[in-house]
Amino acid sequence: MKIPYFPGCSLKTYASGFEKSAIAAGKALDIELVELPRWNCCGVVSSLTKDDLMHHLAPVRNLMRLSDMKTSGLADEDKRLLVLCSMCMNTFKRTNLKVRENSEDLATLNDFMYLEEAKYDGSVDIVHFLELLKEYGFDKISESVNTSLAGLKVAPYYGCMLIRPKEVGIDDAEEPTIFENLISSLGAEPVSWHAKNQCCGSYLTVNKQDTVIKLTRRILDNAQQEKADVIVTSCPLCAFNLDSRQALLQETNPGFEPIPVLYFTQLMAIAFGLDAATYGFEKNKVDPMPLLNKKVFI
Amino acid sequence: MAKKIKLDDKTQAFQKLVEDLCGQNTAKCDQCGTCSGGCPFVEDMDITPAELMRKVMLGQEDVLESETMWICATCNTCTVRCPRKLDVSKIAEALRQIRLRNEIDQLDIGKISREEIKELPQIALIAALRKLSS
Amino acid sequence: MGEKKIGVFLCQCGGNISKTIDLDAVSQYVETREDVDVVKIHSNMCSGAGQKMIIEEAKEKGLNRIVIASCSPHFHEKTFKGTMEKAGLNPFVLELVNLREHCSWAHKDQPEIATEKAKDLVNAGVNKVREDYELAKKKIQMGNRVLVIGGGIAGIQAALDLADTGNQVYLVEKEPTIGGKMAILTKTFPTEDCSACIISPKMAAAQDHPNITLLTNSEIVRTVGHRLLFDITVEKKPRYIKPEIDMDQCLICEQCVQECPVSAPNKWEQGIMQRKAIYIPAALAIPFNYLIDDTVCLHFKDGSCNKCETVCPQQVIDFSQKPERIQFIVDSIIVATGYDSVEPSEKPMFGYDKFQNVVTGLEMERIVDHITENPPPRPVGKRIAFIQCVGSRDEQIGREYCSRVCCMYSVKLASLLKQAKPDKDIYIFYTDLRAFGKGFEEYYKRAQDLGIKFIRGKAAELYENHENKKVVLKAEDTLSRQIIESEFDLVVLAMGLKPNDSTEKIVNFLKLTKSSDGFLQEAHPKYKPVDTNIEGVFICGTAQGPKDIPDTVAQASAAAARVMVTLAQKEFDVDPQLAFVHTDICDGCQKCINACPKNAIVMKDGKAEVVEALCIGCGACIAACPVEALDFHNSTNLQMYRTVDGILEEKNPEENRLVIFADNTCTYRVADALGIRKMKYDIDARIIRVPSSARITTNLIVHAVKMGADAVVLGDCPAASSQFPWSREVAEKSIAAAAAILENEGIEGKRIYFEEFTAGDLVKFTTLVNGLGAQVKQFTRITEQQRKDI
Repeated sequence: MKIPYFPGCSLKTYASGFEKSAIAAGKALDIELVELPRWNCCGVVSSLTKDDLMHHLAPVRNLMRLSDMKTSGLADEDKRLLVLCSMCMNTFKRTNLKVRENSEDLATLNDFMYLEEAKYDGSVDIVHFLELLKEYGFDKISESVNTSLAGLKVAPYYGCMLIRPKEVGIDDAEEPTIFENLISSLGAEPVSWHAKNQCCGSYLTVNKQDTVIKLTRRILDNAQQEKADVIVTSCPLCAFNLDSRQALLQETNPGFEPIPVLYFTQLMAIAFGLDAATYGFEKNKVDPMPLLNKKVFI
Repeated sequence: MAKKIKLDDKTQAFQKLVEDLCGQNTAKCDQCGTCSGGCPFVEDMDITPAELMRKVMLGQEDVLESETMWICATCNTCTVRCPRKLDVSKIAEALRQIRLRNEIDQLDIGKISREEIKELPQIALIAALRKLSS
Repeated sequence: MGEKKIGVFLCQCGGNISKTIDLDAVSQYVETREDVDVVKIHSNMCSGAGQKMIIEEAKEKGLNRIVIASCSPHFHEKTFKGTMEKAGLNPFVLELVNLREHCSWAHKDQPEIATEKAKDLVNAGVNKVREDYELAKKKIQMGNRVLVIGGGIAGIQAALDLADTGNQVYLVEKEPTIGGKMAILTKTFPTEDCSACIISPKMAAAQDHPNITLLTNSEIVRTVGHRLLFDITVEKKPRYIKPEIDMDQCLICEQCVQECPVSAPNKWEQGIMQRKAIYIPAALAIPFNYLIDDTVCLHFKDGSCNKCETVCPQQVIDFSQKPERIQFIVDSIIVATGYDSVEPSEKPMFGYDKFQNVVTGLEMERIVDHITENPPPRPVGKRIAFIQCVGSRDEQIGREYCSRVCCMYSVKLASLLKQAKPDKDIYIFYTDLRAFGKGFEEYYKRAQDLGIKFIRGKAAELYENHENKKVVLKAEDTLSRQIIESEFDLVVLAMGLKPNDSTEKIVNFLKLTKSSDGFLQEAHPKYKPVDTNIEGVFICGTAQGPKDIPDTVAQASAAAARVMVTLAQKEFDVDPQLAFVHTDICDGCQKCINACPKNAIVMKDGKAEVVEALCIGCGACIAACPVEALDFHNSTNLQMYRTVDGILEEKNPEENRLVIFADNTCTYRVADALGIRKMKYDIDARIIRVPSSARITTNLIVHAVKMGADAVVLGDCPAASSQFPWSREVAEKSIAAAAAILENEGIEGKRIYFEEFTAGDLVKFTTLVNGLGAQVKQFTRITEQQRKDI
């Protein structure tokens, strides 16, 4: 299966481990992620006012790019766009909601980009990789597991963008289970914890670090209270706040024990027993290897 | 001294300005406080989200002086819980936009050190610039 | 009836009509019709003198068809039907023409045109009366057998009222004991009298009453509906205890319970206690006897145990019992199926399934009931929070309604607890505290006096402190604008009420309707609060909507009284104005059978046949019939065509006509009300009274345009308040088909449409009609050729 795929900026830079592991894990399941040609930044956040169309240009422009992916033989389909980053997914889906509900807005956006060869008609569905894995079947995923993760306690961190608001979420807004199902299918043990849906502080990490530290502390503490070995996420911004900001936490809280934060695809690559080069741990701030050596690669 | 509120055409116009921007009807709000109670940022806010809703409904322009809308990061916890299905995050966005469209920015990228900018991922920088500056 | 002799009687209405309309001109016009034998004018046709004139003329001239042109039929239809009977005529060969509300009053300032309009209306009336024929009222006999579904306080009260007045009652309860939710409650608000003490004498009375057949552990599995004649099948689950025969009965010696090795949560105690696999459902159960829970009993699991059987000195254990079916006929039904507590899982942020110290309101009833025991089966700790409106007033889960009892039951539980254990620190988190009933406000104040603290803010979420298992509650105190994040030993979720699965089943069996909140819909919210859309079926208690015990009991007695009123008539009339089939035309396509929402059409000898006891006269079958074989007594297809013809006969090509088919319940009354208020609307409008918009066929709409209509409106009640809620759907289908035919001839399809009216939509009506009148003038005039070609 060859599916059009939107990487987004983070996956090409400091979240490169996310992309590397996702492509490898996908391949192990016979899912080929075909990069969208000439993609651009999605805009990261969606504009929520009614009159602000400008901020919807970027997602729509990307969605135009799918039009000939199937006819050119690049991919098997052109009505679904696979996204890995939670924020990109949310932004794309909110734009889709807006243009599907309001054909005038869509016409205006198309008119504005009249130099583009294709027009966007609102027909592309955004699919998060987790949704594709659910469709693939978690039972079937288990069949690809080669490395035992038995005993590894994984805290699934949904954050916000994956499940809220309800119209764009991929699972129940309060009690999502898709991450838990994946973790179980990989042979690891999903941790039940209440902070799994709590916000990490998002972009306030730029100008309100104290706020973000407070929030990440709450999340990390809860993961550790529940005896999690590792946290998994699908959002590069959450990963930054939860992983990279642990250094700041340690400065202010000497007793703080760091906890590794992985992208879920990295956990898949490990479980599938893929080449360690595909894990892409280079950019992980809290090194997961000591833990993995102790609990997985015995 | 207790503050006096005068309800007039001006307060009504401000309520309408906000509501037109975000498409929400603030008169629906029951003031149950579900938004505030579940807000992960509320400790750092000067007024609670429910108070922000109240101020918009009563057309109190001093809501624009509040920090609350700049601390809201659109996590949407309130949005999925509001028993009246009001989208508080959209109201916060409308208030931000009113300020930003008057070129009152909350983020001056020039004031952040080069090392810090180097460390920050672009996902954070772009999001912050789009939400906090015009 | 031989030769048709038609008399037309024009009423001046003491000037109300004749000051505007030149009745002499109308009279002269009608007299030109060859088929009219008598035309008479009277100042007050409804008066004794007026009626006498009609009777005398009818007898003298041998009239056998009467047209009375006077006020709206909603005023004097009954009077004039009486006149007909006095004249020795069938009341269904009468047509009333509305000259007052729909003409003279509405068009007071246009007397000349109003006179022309009056001629059209009378002309249509004569056309219609020509095709009238005699109809006889049908009578169906009734007995006094009543089924009461649900053995809670509502069902028990209704059953007792009915049994005491000599009716034969079947009281069916799905649980092994009657008593329902009320028996579970500790005490009642606001009087704090013991719930079980009030209800248990009534439970016993229901069991002992010679006129009540009590069927517990039983569920309705089939009803075959006829209005006021229902064939009921009940399935009674086995208790595995032999019924009481002679001396072999169970002695309640408890030996079986002592021997039983299986323990399971006691459902009646809301799981705060355990019971055995063989058990008596509740301390005050009726019937007071054991049963075996076959879902947990080892005998049924793997046959490994028969200890109870062995130990029983009376040998009454019988593992071989099977479910039993019981069938009977009743004349009337009361649905009192009650409610369920909303599932806490609908609000996962309160962690009911995860945190051991979060309980529901019903669990708290049992906890408080046992609180003075030492030690109590379920300790509560020191600091207790109640969260109000969990599962009520919450659009996120599609429950917009207020559950009406939670405020007061929380106040009650808090008060009882505080009185029993004054050291408890109790908080109630609320959004609005509704203390609307008699004595409620005083009770709420007493709770404050006791020191219970009310915090105005709904809790947003809970989480558990892992070390001590206390529950942390997060909320805003909206009055002080501060955030509360505090530990509680116990959090009580004041769960709302929801319709239960049993109600859902009964809705499907009996074809009842539900209101938007999912509870049972009453026939009319004001004047038929316990009737339903199905004749002979009544509702009461919380199945109809959340309510407290006094309201439930009052409603139960009301439902019982309605049953008594209905059955006291011994027989009932079926209005003969119903659908029927022209068997010579019917080709047996069965489209009407699918269209009938009441299953009132059956196939007989390859032809459709209307079951008159079931037909409610909506007309949906008529619109569905492709060959006009389905028809309607007193509004036949022929009569509808002839009415349209009559109304349009005198139309000049340069004039416009707006034909409005007005349903008798809403739209027609709007026009009446406009007349009464002398509110004007476009005089080109011609209103035709019909039973419902569903009755209007595509052919009829097209015919109206063919004969000269420039616009056609089908008006009906909004679905929510309509006795035929499906009318709009049927009407819109007919309209779409008619529009397509017109478009084919180059005539604008939007000349025809449907509109909803409540009886108060006066301005909506005038705006619509005036707008339509203006709009029609904008269209290119329909040519005579176009009309001919349709």
